[in-house]
Amino acid sequence: MKRFSGFLVKEFLHILRDRRTMLILFLIPIFQILIFGYVVKNEVKDAKIGIIDLSHDNVTEEITARLDAAVDFRVVREYQTYEEAEAGFRANEIKAVVVFADNFANDMGKYRKADVQILLDASDPNLANLINSYISVILNKYSAEVNKTGNSVIVSTEPRMWFNENLHSAYMFVPGTMALILMLITALMSSISIAREKETGTMEILLVSPLRPIQIILGKLTPYAVLSIVNVVSILVIGNVVFGVPVHGSWVLLLLVSFLFILLALSLGLLVSTLVKTQQTAMFISILGLMLPTMLLSGFIFPIENMPVILQYLSYIVPAKYFLIIIKSIMLKGLGLSYVINEVLILFGITLGLIALSVYKFKVRLE
Amino acid sequence: MAEIEIYNLCKNYGDVKALDNLCLSVEKNGFYGLIGPDGAGKTSLMRIITSLILPDSGEISVGGLDPVKDYKKLRLKLGYMPGKFSLYPDLSVEENLRFFAGVFGTTINENYHLIKSIYSQIEPFKNRRAGKLSGGMKQKLALCCALIHKPEILILDEPTTGVDAVSRREFWDMLNEIRSYGITILVSTPYMEEAVLCDTVSLLFKGKVVESGTPKEITSRYSSTIYSVKTDNIPLALKVLRNIPGLMSVNSFGQNIHLVFKDENHSEQEITNFLTANNILDAELSRIKAGIEDSFIDYILKENKN
Repeated sequence: MKRFSGFLVKEFLHILRDRRTMLILFLIPIFQILIFGYVVKNEVKDAKIGIIDLSHDNVTEEITARLDAAVDFRVVREYQTYEEAEAGFRANEIKAVVVFADNFANDMGKYRKADVQILLDASDPNLANLINSYISVILNKYSAEVNKTGNSVIVSTEPRMWFNENLHSAYMFVPGTMALILMLITALMSSISIAREKETGTMEILLVSPLRPIQIILGKLTPYAVLSIVNVVSILVIGNVVFGVPVHGSWVLLLLVSFLFILLALSLGLLVSTLVKTQQTAMFISILGLMLPTMLLSGFIFPIENMPVILQYLSYIVPAKYFLIIIKSIMLKGLGLSYVINEVLILFGITLGLIALSVYKFKVRLE
Repeated sequence: MAEIEIYNLCKNYGDVKALDNLCLSVEKNGFYGLIGPDGAGKTSLMRIITSLILPDSGEISVGGLDPVKDYKKLRLKLGYMPGKFSLYPDLSVEENLRFFAGVFGTTINENYHLIKSIYSQIEPFKNRRAGKLSGGMKQKLALCCALIHKPEILILDEPTTGVDAVSRREFWDMLNEIRSYGITILVSTPYMEEAVLCDTVSLLFKGKVVESGTPKEITSRYSSTIYSVKTDNIPLALKVLRNIPGLMSVNSFGQNIHLVFKDENHSEQEITNFLTANNILDAELSRIKAGIEDSFIDYILKENKN
């Protein structure tokens, strides 16, 4: 035990003394969450839209007024023709145009159905998607109100967005960023730290010492596990205070699950470190092999359902995918453990397997 | 039984024979030197002894233990200083020492007497980061770290490479002192003149022990006289001297050319005459006694000819 505690002290000193490590550990997570939250957000706010109203009756004017009143949109212009609207798109005056068909109010009365067309500037497809669903929400709301009195339906394009009714992007980014940061810090930093001992030759002395492999491994990983928990809490607090992302479910459960994911990432880092000899390769493998899939294949940035089938299958082996499902369920839906037990068990299994594999692959000799 | 006993040890890296049926025996409390050029197999041998790599074949016993099977027990008895500086540059002198003491389940105080004379020299800098120490001080610290758990056997792989001459001398004096605590020492070095301090020396070449004995024995075995020729035109002189009658070897060492004849029936006058006849007029001649280094080169040259 004395051996182990001495090792632990050394590891903390390494981390605390290296300014670069400290920077990666504590500043990057905060910057990342702020950048993802503010800059990269796919949120629609004051999006400029145009109107083509071929009917000009009380219904179309009412809907136009509602669109304009929504915080998401500002109706900047009414166009007479499609050509004019197209010029508006090209001049970047507007992001979308809502077109009301002829005899709108009449059709609604007669056929209980009227046509609305939404033209979108798809040069930014994500934004276009968002605007499309926002407008649909407003249209649906209006028709629902009319339904209470009469019996008409205007248009129904997209279903209502459960749990993130207004599609707040921060709600999506906080869990995703958390997965990314935990992967970055734990896997990357721990694999580099073990590779460093190999590169500088100190591993030779550690091996010749009576330290057991498991003590070396635990001594290397424990500091990062502790510091990562600090990061989880700070991300959740920033998410809550700055972006208003709620934690509806149990904090204890959320932290426990995060800790499980940290263990998983650490064992991945450990596995990487058993395969490489230099810090550079450790970094390379961690970034390419661990961080990119976490970012691209976990459903963090791109919805898994929209991916090519082969990538969808590939996403099943990306641990962050399960982690995202779990923490979104806990944070945003307020669900308990029983609802995500499958995903938790999968993460648990992967972690056990990785640890066993790493301990098995950890060499008690140099070759 | 000797403290380190090695018989017919082999280790191959692909086609390269790092160790080729190597035999060696180090007595308890011996001070044993391994000399050899880079690639002779010194580091491979030491890594096998310290259980860091596995031999392909052969018998080996270290402190009565087998490094292959009993590596856990053996590692408690060993002190090892690898060739590369292997301490933590971001930890202070004292933190490094404390760490290595802790790893072996002991404390600095417990074995302070062992390292006192060495550590007292670097103690004034105990709060300095190890990475900021000079080469000589780094090696002293590394030696302290390898000694702090009172090992029975101390293995040092080229401990004085890259260290200035004064510190090198000091370092070897320390090894001599450590020996008085009953510790067996096996040390490798490319500097032949250092090995004179050992009580047994082995010359390692191409994975084999080619000579073994006390330093005196070895130098006396190669007692041929060496003529040192100093000239400004070394390339020409080398070319000319290759044709001098009765020659065994001619090599350049910096500004000098070393000449060895097959027998002792040659004189300085003869060489001067030969050089003058070949238009080298500025040559200065002197006779030197062979050191271990020359003996070694001699051996290698003979070996290559066969």
